[in-house]
Parts: sequence; structure tokens; C-alpha cells
Amino acid sequence: MEFFHTIIAILESTIRVSVPLIFAALAGLFTERAGVFDIGLEGKMLGAAFAAGAVAAVTGSVIMGLLAAILISVLLSLVHGYASITQRGSQIVSGVAINFIVAGSTVILGEAWFKQGGRTPALAGDARFQTVTFPFADAVKDVPIFGPIYSNLLSGHFILTYVAFLLVPFSWWILYRTRFGLRLRAVGENPGAVDTAGISVIWLRYRAVICCGILCGFAGAYLSLAMSAGFVKGMTAGKGYIALAALIFAKWRPVNIMLACLLFGFLDALAIRLQGNPLPLIGQVPVQLMQALPYILTVILLAGFIGKAIPPKAGGIPYVKER
Amino acid sequence: MSDIAIELRGIDKSFGLVHANKNINLTVRKGTIHGIIGENGAGKSTLMSILYGFYQADSGDIVVDGNKVTIKDPNAAIASGIGMVHQHFMLVENFTVLENVMLGAEDSQILNTSISKARVELKRLEKEYALEVNPDALIEELPVGLQQRVEILKALYRKADILILDEPTGVLTPPEADHLFRILGQLKDQGKTIIFITHKLREIMAITDEVSVMRRGEMVATRHTKETSVEELAELMVGRRVLLRVEKGAANPGEVKFAVENLTVRDGRGVTMVDNVSFNLRAGEIVGIAGVAGNGQSELLEAISGIRKAVGGTVLLNGKPIDVTGHVDPRELRDRGLAHVPEDRHHVGLVLKFEEAENGILGYHHDKRYLNGVFLNTKAIQADAEEKIKKYDIRPPNPRLKTANFSGGNQQKIVLAREMERGPDVLIIGQPTRGVDVGAIEFIHKRIIEMRDQGKAVLLVSVELDEIRALSDRIIVMFAGRVVGERDPDATEGELGLLMAGVEGRKDAAE
Repeated sequence: MEFFHTIIAILESTIRVSVPLIFAALAGLFTERAGVFDIGLEGKMLGAAFAAGAVAAVTGSVIMGLLAAILISVLLSLVHGYASITQRGSQIVSGVAINFIVAGSTVILGEAWFKQGGRTPALAGDARFQTVTFPFADAVKDVPIFGPIYSNLLSGHFILTYVAFLLVPFSWWILYRTRFGLRLRAVGENPGAVDTAGISVIWLRYRAVICCGILCGFAGAYLSLAMSAGFVKGMTAGKGYIALAALIFAKWRPVNIMLACLLFGFLDALAIRLQGNPLPLIGQVPVQLMQALPYILTVILLAGFIGKAIPPKAGGIPYVKER
Repeated sequence: MSDIAIELRGIDKSFGLVHANKNINLTVRKGTIHGIIGENGAGKSTLMSILYGFYQADSGDIVVDGNKVTIKDPNAAIASGIGMVHQHFMLVENFTVLENVMLGAEDSQILNTSISKARVELKRLEKEYALEVNPDALIEELPVGLQQRVEILKALYRKADILILDEPTGVLTPPEADHLFRILGQLKDQGKTIIFITHKLREIMAITDEVSVMRRGEMVATRHTKETSVEELAELMVGRRVLLRVEKGAANPGEVKFAVENLTVRDGRGVTMVDNVSFNLRAGEIVGIAGVAGNGQSELLEAISGIRKAVGGTVLLNGKPIDVTGHVDPRELRDRGLAHVPEDRHHVGLVLKFEEAENGILGYHHDKRYLNGVFLNTKAIQADAEEKIKKYDIRPPNPRLKTANFSGGNQQKIVLAREMERGPDVLIIGQPTRGVDVGAIEFIHKRIIEMRDQGKAVLLVSVELDEIRALSDRIIVMFAGRVVGERDPDATEGELGLLMAGVEGRKDAAE
């Protein structure tokens, strides 16, 4: 029974840490499927987290915080879009630039506005997302097996957690069952086909980039308004890159993305759980090694265990009409 | 209603300093097939792109069906009833036929309803025009001929009355091309107007009613096809008299210089591209390898020139083996008397950002003639380049000009000069005249025959059947990686065409 509770606890924290990965990886899905690679998920998420923390602290409203996160993230997306779609610049350079600018400016602005060493003030009450408790969660808590699953694993998460998981089938539906999705996937494979069909490649790609911005906004808001109570400098801690890895690992498919993010989340949760606890047979494992585990696994998996991940054919290449 | 489908009046277009279209006038009658012919860079594609709304003309009017129209994007072209089949298909390869056909012409936000409507309409079009294709097949699984059919269906689905086909036969086998011509004839019978762009004179004579000739951005003439001849059109295209048939004497084959036995090559995915191929080359003969692009010719060339490793087989150069399955060094092959003019001059044959003179010694840059100790002897290189420029009539005659700024024909001459002037025993040439204009083709063909007459063994790989027939002393046909037959150069086009399509091959192999 002790073991069962441990498992439930690890899975519960798996879900908790997977949520920002799911938001960010789905964000990447929209833009990369449209042919715009985005290494700047990390920066957008961080910028959104800061905007959420700052605005929620000032207004005391979690909704205002969320909206600010989305706004900032979409603006950063548009910068990336302008550089890579309109100006046909390098998508990698633009993404990296955004990451650096955000990493620096959030700290500077945070210090200038709140004077707490780059943090935003701690949030409480309406300025923060509250957990949702399912009906009868308390009542069935002590029922064996089902109780912990229902009350601890399924119930008691933030609203954004449920939003993230609902976005998975929704993204699938958008991409594979709507006209917008068909065109979006087409523009990532052969923008010429879209252009000659009389659809604007530029506008289509901008819309994809905006979708990416909105989803990164959710990811950032989750970090500073739900998972933590406020913004801390560098709080994304590489999650944007892990989301990118999950996206590739999942071969740019929505349901695979969710599974990949849960796997990475699970490793993260496991690493936290095992800190300080000796493993049977192996003994004490250095904390650093445990923390590195998700990254090591990413490298191994991407190095060939998942077969060839074929990116959208026109990905990374600015569209220029043939001369 | 007028009987004129499209009229272009004074169309003018410049890209920077390049004047691509100069005051073009063109009248295309309804229900006809109108050919537009011209060399590469004559401005055919630019003109059609203007008609399809890809570019805007700097000045001039477009009149469709008697109404003056402004075509600011492909949407406007589609709305005017103009459809285009592009040279490089504008298809999404991992989409189905149906998805490709309806892309951009979906009639609702949700796909399900559009798909069922499109399916019905596609079935109707397939019946009406006898253009069968499985709507649920993925494009990447279809042969090129069918992919092109999807492009035509795409245009018809958008209710096009005027169809523009840009170099449609480049990727087709002769039987596929014949099939396309039958389809076009049928579309014409049903009242569609077809604009057919090509640089192949034979095709113009075969299917068009009228033909307009472009040269250096100008429309130089329009003729009724019945009242003109291949010779006249060629002269109009180039601006001077051209020799269409290469003059060549009988071959005088000597000893075997190059022998390939049971060569097998796989590509990066492990697919067998060259399957147990054997042949030999004698001194003083040209052996042509015919075949539709993608049937293993490229891999064969790469393997025997040391660029790609083979998985099996032996190759003898001047009687001594080349380690094709192990370590082959293209430089060593050059030293042993093998020269290679690669198919893809832009990526393999030249460094486009280098100057002409630099490209002229590429691969031979370690030769003492071009060196001053460890440094390049720029004077010698310059002198060498100037000599080749003169001999090969490379224009503009400037060895310091970046290679990217030469036309396709002149770039090819740079590669040919480099490889031929070494006096190799064996010369391997891939697609000698791809993207090369008629005037330069004549020159290149003459040089190849000169090489033969000097006693060199020449292997010629080309997807242009006319070229293979004109130059070769023996013709080998490849299909699906195998040699499916060997013929004399006087074999008929039909016979070779069937071999290239793999129809006759099985019978041959069984014999």
C-alpha cells in the first residue's frame, strides 16, 4: 500500500510538471507544422511567466495575469514571425535572440519594478490559480485503489491542467479536421502548393505563429500563476527545449506529444522523488545525475530509438516565390 | 462572346536589371492548343507567371474572354478561369489526391463536408475527362504521370477553361507524354483552351495548333503549326541557323577502356537503385544510357565516378580494378584517366560562388601547373581559364566573374572544358545539355563527338532520348535499376520508349 501511494504521488507530480511541456509542445506543433521552426518556445514561455506574475501582482487578478501572459507571448511570436516570415531571416537566429532578450529583460524589469532580486511579489488568493476539486473527492478518498486515483491523481489540479489535456484532442481536431488545419499542414510541406491555390502563405504562417504565442502564454502563466506563486528568474529552466525535444520525439503529432511530455514529466518527477533516497542495489545516486536523467534520455531517444523523425518538409525555409 | 480566350497587350516586366518580358503581345484562340516555345531564359515562364498572378506586369493589359482583367494573385487568375500545371508540381506529397485537389477550394471550415462534396465532383471530372486516379492515394505513392494528372484535375476542379502547362513532359516517359497529349487533345475537343510551354520542338509540332516563339524576352513570331517547320522554329528561337542533327561519322571502336560488371548500388534508405548492371566502353565509341529520370542512372554515375559506394560488383578502368565497394577516391580516378561531368552541375560540378577561373581548375587544383609551392599560381590559372574560354566560347569571356552569373549553357561549358581538356581516356557525362539552350547544345554535342573521334571512351547518360539517339553508337536502356536492353542508335523511338517504360524489358530479360 505504501508503494501504491508512492506511485500515485509520482504520477500526480508527473501530471503537474508535464502541463507546461504540453502547452509549449503544442505551441511548437502549430508553428512547426506550418513550416516555421521555433527554438524560442523557452523565451516566450519565460516572457509570459513574467508578464503573468507582474500583472497578477499589480492587479490582483489571475485572469489579467493570464491575458498579459498571452499578450506578451503573442507579441514575441510576432517578432519571430516578422523576422522569419516577412524578412525571411534565419528562424534559429531569431528564436535564440528572443530567448536571450527575454532571459535578460525579465530580470532587469523585475528588479526595476519590484526590487525583489528579479522576482515578482508572491501571489495569493485571487491573484493565483486555485486547484479544482472534483465532486465527492473528499468522500471517496479512503476507498482503496479508486479513492487515491480519483481524489489525488485526477482531482485537485489547476484548471489550466485540465485545459492542457483537453487541448490535445482539440489541436488534433483543428489540424486534421478543419480547413485551417489542412492549409496549415500544407504550408509546412509545400508552400508553393498553397500559394498557387490562391491562399496567402504569409498570412497563414502568421496565424500559425499566433497560435503558438497563445499556447506559450498558457504555458508561462501556468508556471508563475499555478505551479509557483509568482515569477522567479529563469523559471522555465529549459522546459522550452524539452518541449521542443518532445515535439520531435512525437514526430509532430498531437497525441504522441502528450505521451512524450508525460514521459519527460515522469522522469522529472522520478528524479525529484529519488533525490536523497538510496536506490536498491545501486545505493546513493548523486542528485545531479538524477536531474540530468531526462536530458540524457532525450539524447538517447532522439539518437535513434524512435526511428527517423521526419520534420515538415518546408520547415525552416523562408518562402520565396520562384524567380 | 469572342473567339479569343486570352489577349496580352504590351506586357512588360523587369527584375532589377533583367528585362524578362519586353512589350509582349499574344493572342490565344478559344478551343486551341497554343504552344509557346523559346530557350531557357527567353521569358516564357515569367510571362505565364504574370498570367497566373504570380508576378505583376510593370505595364500592359491582360484581356480574358473579351474583358480586361487585373490578375493580382493566383486567386484572381482562378476566378478568371485560368488554371496552371507547374513544371515542378505544386502538390503536398503526404496528402491524398483528394486533399490536394480541394486545397484552397474547400467550401466550408470543417473538412468532412468539403471532402464528401469534393469526392463527388472529382468522380464527375474523372468520368467526363477520362482522368482516372484513386482519390485516396497519397501523392508520394503515385508515379509522376499520375501526379501530373492530379495537377490537371486540380485546375479543372477550380473550373478552369484555360489551362497553362509549363514544360509538362520533362518528367514523363515517352508513353506517358503520349498519354498526356491524348488528354490535352480531349480537353481541347471539350472546348478548353490550352497554352503549352516547352523548349522541345517535336512536341510543338505534334500537338499545337498555333505556336509563338520567344527569344530574349521578346515575342518574335507566331505561326500556324501546319505552316511552319522545325527548322524555322529553331532559327526563330536562337536567332540564327542551327544544326539540329549532329553530323557524325561511323564509330571506330578500339579496346575496352572501362568495364562494369554486376554493379549493385543502394541508396541511403537501403533501396536497390542499381541492380546487377554490366556493360563496357571501348575507346572511340559513345555509349548512351537512356531511361526516365530516377531509374538508377544517377546512382550508377555516382558509383563509377567514386562519389557513392557500391554494395557489389567490379569496375575496371584501363584494365585495372577500381575498388567501388570499398574506398574510392575521385582524385585517384582522375589521375588514372577518368573524367566525370556530373549531372548536377550546380551542386556537384561547380561552386557557384567561385570565379570562373577557380571552377576551371576545381579537382585539378593540386596539379603542379597551377601551383607555386603551396600557393596557387594565379597567373597560370588565369591564363588557363582564358585559353578555355576562347576554345569553348564561354560567354561573357571574364574569368573573374562569379560562376553563378553565367547562363546554364555557359556553366556547362566551364565544366566540360575542365574535364575534356585533361585528355582523359574515359569520359563520363551526365545530362550534358540539361538547362542548356539550343545554340550551346549544338556546340556541346560537337565537342562530345570530337572526344570520341580522338579515341576516348565516352559514357553518356541523359533523360533526353533525342540526345541519346543523336550521339550514341550503342544505346543501353535502364529501367528500375536494371539494364533492360541494348539497341543500335537506329532503333525507333517507340521501341526505346517501351523499354524505358519497362514494358519490353521483361521479355528481353527472359531471352
